Order: sequence, then C-alpha cells, then structure tokens
Amino acid sequence: MKLSDSRSIDAAPALVWDAILDPQVLRACIPGCESLTGSVEDGYEAVVRQKVGPVSATFTGLVRLSDIIPGQSLTISGEGKGGAAGHAKGSAAVRFDAQGAGTLLTYDVDAAVGGKLAQLGSRIIDGFAKKLADEFFTRFQAAVEAGEADAAAPEEGAAPDETGTSKKGWFRRMIGG
Amino acid sequence: MPKDEIANKGGIGASTKRREDLRFLTGKGRYTDDINIRGQLYAHFIRSEVAHGRIISIDASAAEAMPGVAKVFTSADFAQAGSIPCGWQVTDRHGKAMLEPKHPILAEGKVRHVGDPIAVVVAETLDQARDAAEAVVIEIEELPAVMDMKAAVAGGDLVHEELGSNLCFDWGFVEENKAAVEEAFAKAAHVTTLELVNNRLVANPMEPRVAVGDFEEWTGQHTLYTTSQNPHVIRLLMGAFVLSIPEHKLRVVAPDVGGGFGSKIFHYAEEAFVTKAAHILKRPVKWTSTRSEAFVTDAHGRDHVTKIQLALDAQNNFTALRTDTYANMGAYLSTFAPSVPTWLHGTLMAGNYKTPLIYVNVKAVFTNTVPVDAYRGAGRPEATFQLERLVDQAARELGVSPFDLRRQNFIQPDQFPYQTPVAVVYDTGNYQATLDKLVEMADVAGFEARAAESKSRGKLRGFGLAHYIEACGIAPSNLVGQLGARAGLYESASVRVNATGSITVFTGSHSHGQGHETTFAQVVSDMIGIDASQIEIVHGDTSNTPMGMGTYGSRSLAVGGSAMVKATNKIINKAKKIAAHLMEASEADIELKDGVFTVAGTDKSKTWVDVTLAAYVPHNYPLENLEPGLEETAFYDPSNFTYPAGAYGCEVEVDPETGKVEVVAFSAADDFGNVVNPMIVEGQVHGGLAQGIGQALLEHCVYDENGQLLSGSYMDYAMPRADDFPMFQVDHSCATPCTHNPLGVKGCGEAGAIGSPPAVINAVLDALHRGGFTHVTHIDMPASPSRVWAAMQR
Repeated sequence: MKLSDSRSIDAAPALVWDAILDPQVLRACIPGCESLTGSVEDGYEAVVRQKVGPVSATFTGLVRLSDIIPGQSLTISGEGKGGAAGHAKGSAAVRFDAQGAGTLLTYDVDAAVGGKLAQLGSRIIDGFAKKLADEFFTRFQAAVEAGEADAAAPEEGAAPDETGTSKKGWFRRMIGG
Repeated sequence: MPKDEIANKGGIGASTKRREDLRFLTGKGRYTDDINIRGQLYAHFIRSEVAHGRIISIDASAAEAMPGVAKVFTSADFAQAGSIPCGWQVTDRHGKAMLEPKHPILAEGKVRHVGDPIAVVVAETLDQARDAAEAVVIEIEELPAVMDMKAAVAGGDLVHEELGSNLCFDWGFVEENKAAVEEAFAKAAHVTTLELVNNRLVANPMEPRVAVGDFEEWTGQHTLYTTSQNPHVIRLLMGAFVLSIPEHKLRVVAPDVGGGFGSKIFHYAEEAFVTKAAHILKRPVKWTSTRSEAFVTDAHGRDHVTKIQLALDAQNNFTALRTDTYANMGAYLSTFAPSVPTWLHGTLMAGNYKTPLIYVNVKAVFTNTVPVDAYRGAGRPEATFQLERLVDQAARELGVSPFDLRRQNFIQPDQFPYQTPVAVVYDTGNYQATLDKLVEMADVAGFEARAAESKSRGKLRGFGLAHYIEACGIAPSNLVGQLGARAGLYESASVRVNATGSITVFTGSHSHGQGHETTFAQVVSDMIGIDASQIEIVHGDTSNTPMGMGTYGSRSLAVGGSAMVKATNKIINKAKKIAAHLMEASEADIELKDGVFTVAGTDKSKTWVDVTLAAYVPHNYPLENLEPGLEETAFYDPSNFTYPAGAYGCEVEVDPETGKVEVVAFSAADDFGNVVNPMIVEGQVHGGLAQGIGQALLEHCVYDENGQLLSGSYMDYAMPRADDFPMFQVDHSCATPCTHNPLGVKGCGEAGAIGSPPAVINAVLDALHRGGFTHVTHIDMPASPSRVWAAMQR
C-alpha cells in the first residue's frame, strides 16, 4: 500500500535533519520500538512490538537510511520478521523543505506485509499503516519542536546546528531520561 | 406404485432419510482427525510467506535441539521422491504437450506461492512443533510475483525458469473449425461480445484436510488416513509416482469426510509427507490443516478471464461462437487442473443450443498463486456463465425476449441424440420442457406485478434466466485416454451376500456428503426386494474396496451405481441358479420378486435367505457346476457422459441507494433423468445453489500485486449464510432418462453451482435496466454492493 502526507514543523530544516539521523530520536518515534542499535552507515537492528488486528507479534529486523542528500531528503526503510505472524516491510521517502522559519516535511510511504499479517489483517492493514506513519511523524514533530524550544530558551544565540548538547537536552526530556 | 408404498419399502424413488445422518448429527462421525494412533507425532508445516522467492538458506539446527522435536524435514529429505504428478496431459493447438513443471513435496530452491511448504517440524506435541518452527531460520530472496495472467504470458519473470514460459498450454477446440468460425462471424448479421471474469474461489469444505501416516516395520505396510474423495487414486498417484510404494504395501483410508467440492480429489504434498515421514521416523505422523492453511493450500477454483462472442443471422439464429479464455493454473499443476478449462469446459460451449460452429481458445497460465483445479462443476460453470450471460446480452441488444431467443435456438426434443460441434453427443434432453416448467414454477406471468410492488418500496426488481447443460458421469475411459487423461474413469463395486441374506456392498465411489450409504442401499434393495436395512454400503478403504476412481463430477450413481447394478445382477443370476437347483426347476423359469424366488406357473417358492444360506452351507447344492458363496465384483465403464440440464430463474431486488442485491426467489427445473432419492436430490440442488449464488454475490478470492492472499480468512472471504437465500423451489419432474446406463440416471451434484451464477447476474442486470441504468452491460462476480453501485454511477 502507498500513502503520502506532509506536515509543517516549527523548527529549522537543519535541526529537523539532525533529528532524523539521531538513532535515539528514531527509537523514540517508531511506534512499539523496544530497541534500536546501530548507526546511520550500517543500519539499525530494531525490535518492534505491534498488534495488527488479531495478530500481535514482535518483529526483529533492519532499519536502513538511504538515498541521503544532506539537509534535503532521505529514505527510511525497514523490514521485520514476526515469526509465525508473518513479515512487514516498508519505506518512507522523506523530503525536508524550508517553509518560513520552519520545515515542510513531505513523505511517501510504501508498505507491504506478508504471511499471517496479510492473510488475516489485510482488511485493516491500510488503516494500520496510515496510523503507524501518522504516529511516527507526530512523535517526530513533537520531538523536534520540543528540541527547538529547548534549544532556543537557555542558550539564546547559539546556532542549534552547531552543537549536539542542546539536542540531547530536549531528547532526554522527551524520553524521560 | 403409490408413493407411500415406495417410501415404506425404501427402494428406488423413496425419500428415505439419510442413515448416515444418525452419526453426523450426533457428533459421532469418524473423521480423519478423530484417528489418533498410539505414539503418533505431530507435523507442523513452515510455509512460504512470499509468493515468489529464492531459498538462500534453511537453518534448522536450533529447532532440532528443542524439546520434543523428532526431526525437521526439508526438501533434502525427499531427494529420492518423485514429483507430485499431474493426472491429465493436454496437447496444445500445435500438437505440443503442455509444459509440466516439477512439483516437489517440499520446495526445492524456490518458493512459488504463499503457502508453499518449505520445511516441516515433527515433534511429540503440536505445540512443540509450532514452537520449534519459530526457531527455523529461513532466508529467502524475494522475487517479483507473477500475478496477472496476460502479463505473465507476454514475458517477464517466470514461475518455473526451467520451462522457459509461463504459458502452460495454448489449447484450441475445435481447431479444424477455426477458419469456418471466422467466416461465420464475417457474415453475421449481429455479433454480441462480452468480456468477463469467472472469479477465483476457495472451496472451504467444513472439514479441513488432515493426513495421518503410519508404517509397520515388521510387515513393511504403509497406511495413509486422509481426507480424500478418492482413496484409490491417491494410492495410485502417491504409491507409483511419488514414493515408489507398491500397492500391496500401501493402504489408503478416507473415512468420514466432511465435504470436498472437488478440493479433496487431488493428491497433496502433505499426504506424501506424512506417509514418508512415518516411514523415516518409524512413528505415526499426523498433520491437521488449520483453516488459515486451508486457504493457502487447498486447490482453488475457477479464475478464468474470458472474451466471448456470438454471431447471429438476421433471423436471430446462432451461427457461431468463439471464446478466448485465460485460465489460471496457479504455481503448480494440481492433479486434474489441465482438464478443467479444456475438456470439461470447451466441450460444453454448445450449451443447450444448435450453434453449428464453435471455437474455444484457452491459454493456461502459471502464476505465483495457489494451484487451481476442479471445484463443484469444474469447467462447466465457467462455460455456462459465459454462454448464458452472452445469450442474455444478445437478447437485450436485439430487443427480443431472453426466453424466446433461447427457445428459438434450443436443440429440439426430436433432435436427440444430438451431435454438437464440440465433440460430445447428448443422448437425451427436453429443454423446452424444463423451461416451460420454470416459467410455471417461477410465476413469470406475475413478475410485472411483483416488480411494481418492489418499485413502490424503492427497490429495483429483476428476473434472470439461465439454462444449463453439463456433462457428468465422467467418463468413457478410452475417450478420456485419447484426450490426455492418465487414468481410467470406470467405477467398481463388490456385492457380498452374507450367509443369512444381508448384503455388504463395497464401492469404489466415496461419500463425503452425498448420502451413498442410503441411496446405494435403496438401489440394491429395489433390485432384490429385501429391506434396505439389510444392506450396508462400505467405502473409503483401499484394503477392502475394489479399485475405483472415487467421487466427483456427479459420477457416483451414474458410474459407481451402474457398477453396483452390474454386480448385483451377477448375484441375482447366480442366486437364480441356486434357487433352480433347490426347487428342481429350470433356471429360465425362476423369478425373483420382493425377495422371494418362484417358479413360473407353479406355487413353488424359496426365500432370499433360503438361497443365500444354501450358497454358504452347500449341502444341497450343484457343486459340480457352481461355486459356493455369493459374492460378485463388477467394473463399469460408461459409453458416454450423462447430460443433466435445466432451467433456472432468479429474482432479485436491488437497492438503488446502496447497490445491495437480495435474492428474493429462486426456482430450479432440472432434468436429472431417473431419481433414486428425491429428498437427497433436493438437498444436493440446494447445496449447489448456495455455492453458485455465493459465487455470484459473495465469494471472492483476492490476491494483492505481491501475491499475498488478502481474502485469507472468514473475516474477508464472504461465505454464504442461510439468511442470504430465500427458500429454493426445486423440481426434477421433467426427466428424460439417460439411455446408456442401467439406472437411467444423470447426476445432480453440481447442477446448482453451474446454472445459478448466470441466473443471478442476469437478474441483477435486468433489475438495473428496468431501473433505467441501461448503460450497464455486465457486472463481474461477485456482484457486491460496491460493484453494483459503481456500475450504476457510470
């Protein structure tokens, strides 16, 4: 299935870009993500727990970032195996465009499922994929905007893209650590 | 004989209640899953989740170390096994044999459909097998799925690389007629064209498939218990072609079977697997399909895409017919798959009509889907749907009544036997009579008043007519042999008369809902004149029944029943010899009536039991020229198909706001020839109608473009329910008995599923046209609310 959407984020494109490359942000934003380890270059090993209609499963798989054009666009793709529940894979091609002081984030998602997930969950899979994508980007927006506010308040004048410390501040707060 | 007298006696023509229902309705049936052998292990199949892919690696080491696991099997364990065979070889229009891929028990190198078995975990308990299956690591490189038939034939990815093409065969019938058909179309006053889809279906018998394998080390005896419509066919195919087990060391038992509808004819990988696994492990091995597995492993039905054209002259006579069909074979050739879109389909394209020239082209295509094979009607519903939709469309285009157009072109009652241009010879029939009967039953005269009443409630009422013919009683062995069948299609029966007069009949037919235990006993009861309760029908076990070809294609009574009649006649002939000896009379003077032997013109008599006892206690017996005992076997090979036919009328109401179609009345006037048990015949028609109307309005098997089965459970695959139907009106009084079998019977099992889909769709079209939606020429099945509504919007 395919879906496309966009959302406006109250943060500069550079900050948004940095956030999407941050594994801790990814981990916090992927719904049901229990662990995420690895790097942008090698990809991440992820464990994600999800329930699709009657099928609930823990998916283990790989999340990769590719087609990276710094500050402009990239593709996030993931493929997970859920054992008896089947498998799921999907990718999101994401563009980052300046929109005033903020960023217009546009994404095209392509998702597919197989095995029991497809056999039992096909009726709800489109809605489910849309919900997952919405949830991911809503969390991402919240994280970035919180970081923007955080970066703007205590260290006025400091360019947010020149230091990683401010990002860690907002991120820790968001994930409660 | 008065009807109540027939009923009391329980012979031919009596609506005797089904004796098998006593156990079925009280939960006492003994199905394959009820068979549990001491020490049995459980098999869990690991199946492909992708439609098409290359197997990179299978690592079962962790799983094999898990609790209770006996062994994890992969294709490597079946290196010596043969391919699961296809039982019918079709020759294409250029004289070339069809492409025939290998069909391994477990996938070798590639997976070709979702559900293709890759590995099997066998463990002490089913839970242990399932747990261990999670630990089997299988790496598959997914390949693009071959899904669209026309694209698959045009080129691109191949389901079977070694075959070099996805086109299994390109069949033309009758090839010699092709040029004449073209010429007739060139001269036609009118040509009607329709493009239609016969939707893919899942058979969904109530009982999922089960297989239990057993092996006796000390005798070398293999036993397979399986949910089959034809245990002897499974023994032959699996023993001779797959596992190389000679027949005398292989017993196949198909006990009570909870419905098949064709899907349990075929030899499946799981049967060979449990038989071989039991041999390897020296323990019984059991597999029970889950409903989810059934959706992705039981052979599917239908799935044809067709363009059909009818040529008419200026007087509206049909002058020629031609069709182009793409028939989906799925990923492998199931046992009888190639015969369905060809010989079971092309030979019926004449329908009930005198059309002199017919050409049928069928392209059979491999795709990454579950194999497709016979499903209730098998080829004949596809033929009937095309033809009866087309005739209705022609009537609409010409502005004539669909009743009149059919009547005008019917083969007339005095034209039988009738040689069609598509090879078959109809022995008997009277299509005017069945149509007259339908017009009366369905109160066609009162339709306009009912339509007006519907209109007052905001509903669109429509009437749909279809007239069908089918070929049953498959089949003359020498004929089907020429057509590519790799088996004979006779049937067998052994009649064992016991010493005290009761009778055990061993039949090669198999009952899985048809009621043979009741009806076959009625036939023998009628012939000998003893009570039906004295007769037992035994079927389903290769160790005690004579080699027979099983039950499908509405053949059991016409072919299996005929074998039983032959064997019973042998019994009667011998019994008369014994009676003649006992009464010191000439054999020619002996008469048997109501279970009593008499000597014509005398008052001498001997009862049935006097004679049977003499046969087994031959103290006073002509031993010098007659063997003791009373047991006879007969094989019957039919000389022709049988040709049931009938007129079906469907009345629907369409809600123009939602597109929802409700079947408000359905009438069926069938000609089944002679009928043994009217109640069972009615039940068969009801069941067939439910499946046919289900196909027309509800059932639909849907794959996505990646080959994932989207309609893989009852959440998404709409099975018909009782409240989807009105009470059916059925009649079989317009009987023209079959001329070439001893009972004069034609077969009734599939008719309902054959005649009803076009009747339903014709009714929906009629309703829409009456409602002013005259732009609609066709709606593909299932005519779901969304499809009907969408058609109305254009």
